Amino acid sequence: MSDRTIDRVAQATPVRVARKIRGLSDRAIAWIFISPTIFLLLAINIFPLIWTIQLSFTNYKANRIGREVKDVGLRNYERILTDTDTWLNMQATAHFLFWTIFFQVLIGFTLAWLINKKFKGNDLWTTIIVLPMMLSPAVVGNFWKFLYQPQIGLFNYIVSWFTGKEPSSFEMLGSVTLAPWAIVIVDTWMWTPFVMLICLAGLRSIPDYIYEAAEIDRASKLRQFFTITIPMVLPFLMLAVLFRGIENFKMFDLVVQLTGGGPGSVTELTSINLKREAFEKWRTGYASAYAIILFVTVFGLASIYVKALNKVKQR
Amino acid sequence: MSSFSVTEPSNRSKWIAGALVIGYALITMIPLVWILLTGFKSPADAISYPPKVVFEPTLEGYVNLFTTRTRQTQEFLDANPPQNWADEIVRQYDMVIVGPSKFGERFMNSVIIGFGSTFLSIFLGTLAAYAFSRFKVPLKDDLLFFILSTRMMPPVAVAIPIFLMFRNLGLSDTHLGMILLYTGVNISLAVWLLKGFIDEIPREYEEAALIDGYTRFQAFYKVVLPQAATGIASTAIFCLIFAWNEYAFAVLLTSANAQTAPPFIPTIIGIGGLDWPAVAAGATIFLIPVMIFTILMRKHLLRGITFGAVRK
Repeated sequence: MSDRTIDRVAQATPVRVARKIRGLSDRAIAWIFISPTIFLLLAINIFPLIWTIQLSFTNYKANRIGREVKDVGLRNYERILTDTDTWLNMQATAHFLFWTIFFQVLIGFTLAWLINKKFKGNDLWTTIIVLPMMLSPAVVGNFWKFLYQPQIGLFNYIVSWFTGKEPSSFEMLGSVTLAPWAIVIVDTWMWTPFVMLICLAGLRSIPDYIYEAAEIDRASKLRQFFTITIPMVLPFLMLAVLFRGIENFKMFDLVVQLTGGGPGSVTELTSINLKREAFEKWRTGYASAYAIILFVTVFGLASIYVKALNKVKQR
Repeated sequence: MSSFSVTEPSNRSKWIAGALVIGYALITMIPLVWILLTGFKSPADAISYPPKVVFEPTLEGYVNLFTTRTRQTQEFLDANPPQNWADEIVRQYDMVIVGPSKFGERFMNSVIIGFGSTFLSIFLGTLAAYAFSRFKVPLKDDLLFFILSTRMMPPVAVAIPIFLMFRNLGLSDTHLGMILLYTGVNISLAVWLLKGFIDEIPREYEEAALIDGYTRFQAFYKVVLPQAATGIASTAIFCLIFAWNEYAFAVLLTSANAQTAPPFIPTIIGIGGLDWPAVAAGATIFLIPVMIFTILMRKHLLRGITFGAVRK
């Protein structure tokens, strides 16, 4: 915004209005500045949430307008929580969450530790490593489907080159045992840089003099690693895990493109199941209850985790 | 070399670290390089076994991405010679170009919705961030946490009532609806990041301006805004990348009119199944702007992806 436009606006403002603006108290300005944001968040986030809660007690179906909506009480919740499929989806989600976070922390921390050795050109390579995480998961996930093709895909070809197995003898996306790992691999490829960047910030925050003091005390490198590096990076690492945890609990685009929840329902994460109930079977009431259960789960787990994180930080 | 330092890694360990990191970087680039290469392959080369690294490049994928084609009889082909190079490419399959495909339109939708929602998020976000940074706002921490917590909801969960709401308001499958929706999602990021950037501008600048007779508004746009320009620009790029990449809302709430590129690209169909070179061509065009932005943004990357929690 150039000064000139601003001045023109100022000159065009009627004197009475200008006087009013000039006279506004800081408090009034604060509210004028904040309220549009709050209003938008209420409209796009909170109002829908309340509506979802209300719908979750009904048998409403969004594709049948005019059908009588009945209040069913807690029956939706009861059905979801007693359905074995729900627990299978939760299990698939837990498997996905655990292993993606495990690999991303392991590889991400190692990479950060190596980059922190400050070899020549480390900035350039860090930027290259970071690229996958900024890309569209749907578009990239769709292309990974091509890489995973059993006969023609590059992934199978490379694996067979190393192991000697026939490339058409295994289907990463079509096999019940391999598909859950196929999505873990792509997510790890995509999001390891995220954990790496946060760990790198943690490592760089450790002042040199701590290591110097340890050197003087003749602490071994290994000991320095476990008593200085790990504890100092831990709060950063935990933050990275929090972000990845929330994001992967919501995971939708990447996995929908890769497997669509299949084969069968071995990779049907909770978000994918929710989409099926809400936008394919159009069981709006049931899906709303499911959404609330998911939200409460994420929010609950995240709150407990943040408490633990704060404890680590205070140490 | 000046003085000996105990914390400086030895040359040997630097060399090993460098080799390992570069090795990882090269492996991680394979899928991206493969997207780029596949875009320039003919359909036959794309699905050949073993996968071809050396091949004769062709623009077939790009032609197929941007056009719709029909098969024609030999007489028709003989009677109508090819008009340009693109036409010539499709002639080898006895086809002619009959018009543009939907890709251009979908790509423009991505641009309109991306920039629209970014502009709105930054506009509202800057105001709110300034207020949170400089004024005593009652329940400030609670409000800020509320703003952040809206990010914890799975998009699919929010999509149900939004779908109903948009249907009632006539916003289904419109640009305006998607701009408002993405703004609602992005604004939490914008407020948190911008508050961090504005917090770093010393208050003394504004106070001096206020003493000189500026009003609060003037102090805000003549002193604070120019100082926060870099922060605002990097926040804008993050909002833009998010809106650009978003898939869940786009696939559930848009179809014929306002559909963006991410739900469209996976549905590009060729002769007998997915036309992988065309898909790869679409992906390349779609991903390259984000790569460029990422490289430009590398200094602020960490801050953006952690909501300003880690500043470095």
